[in-house]
Parts: sequence; structure tokens; C-alpha cells
Amino acid sequence: MIPENQNNNSSMVLRRVTGDSGTPRLMLSGNCTMTALGRRLHALSAELVAYAADPELQWDLTGIAQMDDAGAVLLWRAWGSRRPPNLLLRPEQERLFDRMKEAPVPPAPIPRDMLWPVAVLGKAVFLLWEHLTGLVILIGQMLLDVKYLVGHPAYIPWREISANLYRTGAQALGITALVGFLIGVVLSFLSSRQLQMFGADIFIINILGVSIIRELGPMLAAILVAGRSGSSMTAQLGVMRVTEELDALTVMGIPHSQRLILPKVIALGIAMPLVVLWTSAVALLGGMVVAEIQLGLSYQFFLNKLPDVVPVANLWLGLGKGAVCGMVIALISCHFGLRIKSNTESLGEGTTNSVVTAITVVIIIDAIFAIVFSNVGLR
Amino acid sequence: MTNGECVIRLEGLHTRFGRHVVHEDINLCVRRGEVIALVGGSGSGKTALMRQMLGLEVPAQGTVRVFGEPLHGHDRKKLQSMRNRCGVLFQKGALFSALSVYDNIALPMRELRTLDEGMIRDLVMLKLKMVDIEARHASKMPAELSGGMIKRIALARAMALDPELLFLDEPTAGLDPELSEGFVELIQTMRTELTLTIVMATHDLDTLVALSDRVAVLADQRIVALGSLREVVGVDHPFITKFFRGERGQKALGQTGYVMAGDVL
Ligand SMILES: Nc1ncnc2c1ncn2[C@@H]1O[C@H](COP(=O)(O)OP(=O)(O)OP(=O)(O)O)[C@@H](O)[C@H]1O
Ligand SMILES: [Mg+2]
Repeated sequence: MIPENQNNNSSMVLRRVTGDSGTPRLMLSGNCTMTALGRRLHALSAELVAYAADPELQWDLTGIAQMDDAGAVLLWRAWGSRRPPNLLLRPEQERLFDRMKEAPVPPAPIPRDMLWPVAVLGKAVFLLWEHLTGLVILIGQMLLDVKYLVGHPAYIPWREISANLYRTGAQALGITALVGFLIGVVLSFLSSRQLQMFGADIFIINILGVSIIRELGPMLAAILVAGRSGSSMTAQLGVMRVTEELDALTVMGIPHSQRLILPKVIALGIAMPLVVLWTSAVALLGGMVVAEIQLGLSYQFFLNKLPDVVPVANLWLGLGKGAVCGMVIALISCHFGLRIKSNTESLGEGTTNSVVTAITVVIIIDAIFAIVFSNVGLR
Repeated sequence: MTNGECVIRLEGLHTRFGRHVVHEDINLCVRRGEVIALVGGSGSGKTALMRQMLGLEVPAQGTVRVFGEPLHGHDRKKLQSMRNRCGVLFQKGALFSALSVYDNIALPMRELRTLDEGMIRDLVMLKLKMVDIEARHASKMPAELSGGMIKRIALARAMALDPELLFLDEPTAGLDPELSEGFVELIQTMRTELTLTIVMATHDLDTLVALSDRVAVLADQRIVALGSLREVVGVDHPFITKFFRGERGQKALGQTGYVMAGDVL
């Protein structure tokens, strides 16, 4: 049924002849397929449209070796979405054009509303409201879960808690140590230069002690953990949504909040103060090393003097900030994770939003702590 | 339409995942214009074999040639043009979840850079019609579709460029019998219009009987039988006995008047 002698890749050839009865006739031959036509499509389309302007013209498609949908659409569009009056076809081509006739029209795109700025603003406000209520509901759910678990200790997800402790705490030690050490070094270096000018070398201990223990240690740790663990928590829940694992858990009667979210919140609430302690310690070490080199303050002197000049309340404040930030980071990450829809774009967007929100909220929490405890631990 | 030329040639192919051996010394020639069906138990390596043919998996040993060119070590341009000649239906559909149904099908067409938007629109609607999807579903996202719809749209996307070589992984799994029949008819129609080579993994005996020119049976890490359905049914192997001569097999084969192995031998 198909002329076998055709070379498979020869493109379509148009030949205009004058038939027996004097009517003009267009003979098409070769391959009318997407691969065969390739870059010629545009030129050919214009050529065909020009031919189609002549209603007398007889189209002879029987010489075409192979025609695919793209080829058929090309002709169909040239003809203005109807058959030309004089058309010669092979039966299988007939079917191709029959299908073309039945093809549905695509739904019209929805025109853009003139009030779109208002709509965008309104949506943003509602979204913010949705996030707030969502977070409140999540926190409420956590409290209910805790209440339930107190009554049913057998259901406490120990394994999940310990796995999360390891992932968010132990595995974060390397990066927090590196960043903490470098910040300690830089801070100590810059401050010691200034202090030297005033001959106030000794105050390096106050500066490093208060700023690192009270402020920099907790903030560095919180921001690093928000980026590191926050994104992974959101992504994990998001992928579980995409792959319907969350639904599988639901139908097994395992509540997500209890098995997935609560362990993360508890684990990060425990791990964060420890990471804060570690970061502060390493940052102080960095500062101490530079103070020794730069100002000649001995390690022993530094360590002896530190408790005298920095009230211990600062340490508790730092650890408290760590615990609060840890739980908030976990809650926000899980909240965004649960909101992810089952498509990859939403996954990427949700993870970004989660990290950005977590870091912003961490800084807001820090500001609140600074105001509330403004007369604690400072002389 | 079938002639001797090999579109895909596998020579001495071994596949391993770590220490888990999936294929051992597979030799196969997929001829131009034929429909070859891969059958085998679940986990016998049908999908893995197809992934080898697509160059998604690197063989532990042996070579894969597609359109006469070795798959690994192609230059970019050749590989691209080869890819444009292939269409793939993945077992789970693999629709782009961030794109609408329409854009999923239009994507490969747009990537060609030779078609204008108007032509793409007509082509997409044609493909949707072909797989029996109504126009109102065109703007939906993959997450809003039913399992069978995902399959059909994935099929439409696989056929977007009217490929010469089509890989179908379980094309009819998840479709109701009527749609499966529609699918068989669709492939048959396409074969009258184009020289189409199809590699198909399937468990569906009706589709197998209706479409396949040759059947390759995968078991014990090898191709244990290769040939027309009639020849394959005659081979003595536990899997073949179970698959073709069970009740289901008898029914599907019986309808088309195949003689049972016992009678042939
Ligand atoms: N990426 C991978 N890593 C490790 N093992 C794999 C991988 N992909 C497949 N396998 C193994 O290879 C074997 C063959 O898998 P394959 O998906 O090809 O099976 P199949 O024949 O397509 O089965 P089904 O009919 O269930 O789809 C299985 O045992 C599977 O566990
Ligand atoms: Mg498979």
C-alpha cells in the first residue's frame, strides 16, 4: 500500500502539471512527515497556501509515501481547515483527514480581569491569613498530640525523634563549627584593632562574651539550621505529598502530625540549644585564639575573666532562644511542607518560601527577645 | 513492511544493579516496522531492558545500537535527532507535573523550533482526540487527572512527534477494556499510515495477541523465547506455560484461533 521505492528521508516535492482535461493539478510526492520536512516547514506552508488560493486546482496526494499528523495538519491549515473540492487521496490518508475534521477546538483562554491588581492584593492578604490560621491549627494539633501521648506513652515516636535529633543536630555540628569559628575570628580581629587604639584591650572579653553568647551564637545556629534542616523537612513532606505517601499514611490511620511533625518539632527543640551551645563555644574559641595572637591575652586569663564579665543569664537567654527558634523552624517547615501540592513546581516554591519565612521569623524572634529581656544579663 | 534491517540491536547485553543481575547476555534485533512485545514476570527486567534501549541505563557489558549507531559515544547532534525519532510511554506516565496537559504534549513540538504555535495547537488537539481526551481537560494539571487519563495523555505525548520508533511500557495497564481496544485500533491505524516500529512491554494478553508481530519472553535473566506468538507458545518453559496456557491465556489465545502448544508439537 505504500510505494516502497521511496527513500525514507526524502522530503515532499510539489509538482504542478496540467491534466488531460486542462485542469491544473498539483502532484505531491515524497515524505510528508515532521522529520522529513524539518526546517522546510515554514517555506512549504507559505507555498501550499499560495496553491490553495486556486479553487480549480486538483490536489493529488496519492504519490506521498508517508504522511504523519504533522504533515496532515500542514496541508489542512493551508486549505483553511476544509477539504479542497478536488482531492485525490489514498484510503489511509482519507482516515487521517477524517480525524482532522473531528479534532476538537481548544478551550478559549480566560481573558485577564481588569481588576487584577486588587485581586492580587486580596489574594496576598488571604494567603497571609491562611498561613497564620494554618500555623495556629498546627500548633494546636501539636498540643493535642502531646496530651494524647502523655496518656498513651507507648505511642511516643522515639525512633523518629532520635533519627531527627541525629539529622538536625549531630550532622549540623560541622558546618556550625566552621561558620562559628570564622565569625569569632573576624569579630575578635576587628574589635581588637579598635580596642588597641584606646588601650582598652581587656574589654575584648566583654565584647566577645556578650555578643557571641547572647546574640551571634544563637542567630548563626538558627539561620544555618533553618536553611539546612528547614529545607529538608519541607522537601521531605512535599515529596511525600507528590508520591501520595501522606495519603497512604492517612488511610493506615497514622496521623501525620503525630508521626512526622511532632518528632521534628521535639527533636529540633532539643537539638537547637545544643547546637547553639556548640556554635557559641567554637566562636569564642576562634575569638580567643585571635585575642591571644593580636593582644597577647592568655587563654587562661580569657577563660577566668569570662564568667566575671558576662552574667550567666546571657547563656540561658541564648539557649532559650535556641529552643524557641528550633521549634518554630520545625513548625514553619512542616507547615509549608504540608501545603505543597502534588507537582514539582509547588515543591520548589514551597521549599524556598519555607526557608525564607523560617529565617525571617527567627530574626523577628530574636528582636522580640531583645526587647522583652532588655534588662536581663546586661550591666 | 517488515524487512531485515535492525532498528535496535542488542549484543551481549548485561545489566546489573550493584550485585543484582537483571540481564545476562541478551541478544536481540528489533526489525524495522515490526511490533515486538516484551513479556516476562514482574521484576523480570522488561522496563530495565527498555531503559537500556533508550540509553537511560549504561550496560555493564555489551552494546546497544539504535538506528545503527551505538548509544553511548554518540555526538550530541546525532543523539538529539535520534531522540526526536523515538517516542516513549513510561510505565507511570512521567507527565511534567508543573505543566498542563496541553503544554505537556506541546513541549516536544515546541522544542523542535520548526513549528509555529497555530500548527502546534492543531496538532495537540489532534493527539488529544486520538487518545479520546476531551478538549476541556486540556488545561488541567496532571495532578487533577485520573490514572487512565494520565496514561492516555502520556501516550499522546509519546506520539507527539509521530516517532518512527515507539517504546510503550505497559500501555494498556490501568485502562478499561474498551479503551484498551481503542488503543489497539489506534496503533493499528497508525501502522497503516506510517512505518512504525514498536517495542512494547505488556502483561495484557489481548493487546499482545492483537498487536505483536514477535514476542520476546524474558525470564531467568535471558530471552528464553523469541519469535511469533505461535512459536513462543510452543516453547517449553515454566513461565510460558503459566503465562500463555493458564486460563486467561487460553481465553485470549483461543479467541484468535491459535492452536495450543500441545497440538503443534
Ligand atoms: N534503579 C534500580 N536499582 C536497583 N535495582 C533495580 C533498579 N531498577 C530496576 N531494578 C531491579 O531490576 C529488576 C527488573 O526491574 P524492571 O523494572 O525492569 O521489572 P519489570 O520487568 O519492568 O517488572 P514490572 O512488570 O513489574 O514492571 C527488578 O528486580 C528490580 O528490583
Ligand atoms: Mg516495568
